[in-house]
Amino acid sequence: MSGITPSQTVGPYFAYCLTPSRYPLHEIFSTDLTVPGIEGERITLTGRVLDGNGDAISDAMVEIWQADAKGGFDHGSLSNAKSNSGFKGFGRAESTPDGTYSFTTIKPGRVPGPDGKLQAPHLAVTVFSRGMLTHLFTRFYFDDEPSNAEDTILNLVPEDRRATIIAKSAKGAGKAYHLDIRIQGGDETVFFEA
Amino acid sequence: MPLIYPKESFTEAHPKYDSPTYKSTGLRHPKKPLIILPHTMTELNGPVYGHEVLQETDNDLTRQHAGEPQGERIIVQGRVLDEDGRPVPNTLIEIWQANAAGRYVHVVDDHPAPLDPNFSGAGRVVTDENGRYRFTSIKPGPYPWRNHHNAWRPAHIHLSLFGHSFLSRLVTQMYFEGDPLFPYDPIFNEVPEQARHRLISKFDLDVTEPEWALGYTFDIVLRGRNATPMES
Repeated sequence: MSGITPSQTVGPYFAYCLTPSRYPLHEIFSTDLTVPGIEGERITLTGRVLDGNGDAISDAMVEIWQADAKGGFDHGSLSNAKSNSGFKGFGRAESTPDGTYSFTTIKPGRVPGPDGKLQAPHLAVTVFSRGMLTHLFTRFYFDDEPSNAEDTILNLVPEDRRATIIAKSAKGAGKAYHLDIRIQGGDETVFFEA
Repeated sequence: MPLIYPKESFTEAHPKYDSPTYKSTGLRHPKKPLIILPHTMTELNGPVYGHEVLQETDNDLTRQHAGEPQGERIIVQGRVLDEDGRPVPNTLIEIWQANAAGRYVHVVDDHPAPLDPNFSGAGRVVTDENGRYRFTSIKPGPYPWRNHHNAWRPAHIHLSLFGHSFLSRLVTQMYFEGDPLFPYDPIFNEVPEQARHRLISKFDLDVTEPEWALGYTFDIVLRGRNATPMES
């Protein structure tokens, strides 16, 4: 058994490789996870990444990983994706100068939890930036999902902090969700040790 | 057999979020306790990207422009392994770095060192069925930053990997043995002492190509092992 390779910060200069839309390298990943003919409810998810002073983190990278609309994952040869084989379930966004990230995707289906019960729909989220020696790990839930109340993982989070990882649907536009990622502060986002 | 991801492996190797010597961590680390997350299907699966995403010159950063880049040509090779030493095949590695003068092409880098029109410093490679990878590049230069007076980063190449699941996700930096800047670099030294050597590539004469390029070997170990220890 050998020890794992330590994490190091992504640094300030990752964009020309990891999120190269403004650079010559061809893009593999995108902020739009949808593919033609995809099944499921199309949604947008936006927010800002904010530091301990509430200032924008303009050099952050946010990644999301999720099930398809029927609760399957496109995990290569082990894939159990059910609804659309073209849906990879992975997206990556570079924050803008005002710290904004955004994704277009579909609402994920429910997947089994640690106790066999179905989890509420959620995304796995990683956050990287200069000043983070190891990336942060969190989840996003959705405020219009009644199953949140019985979600095993969400119930591990102190009640008064749960709102920090539940995306709010915008009024008048039910398919647009918003959630800021606050690295510190009174309403600091819940991060997980995974 | 499904892999498990012991938390001890994570805490044994990775730097803490809050570093007194790396100033940018000050406003960018969580202050509230992390919640322990049981591993569910969401975490135990992960995105898979293989050879299909590569383009021809992705694994040779010296051939992406019309001319040859300035600097010392190098070959970096190694294996990607899990914690039981088994190869991780067909996994994507993303690569980025400064040029030989210590300058990044990123628009924000204002270090007064020359850009090289023949070097972008971004590439990708995918491991083969035995977990092996190999790419050609230019040895990056050290560069100054503003963390403290006269702060310089040791020469390094950034690497980003996925591995078997979302729990094995890793962004790291590969260094070169013998770098005189190691004792002064907070980013390197915030790694627990027993794990720091895992970030340092080794000069390897067997990888070196005569009259062409020096070779370095760098193995990468990602999280994940069998639930039951292997018998030896």
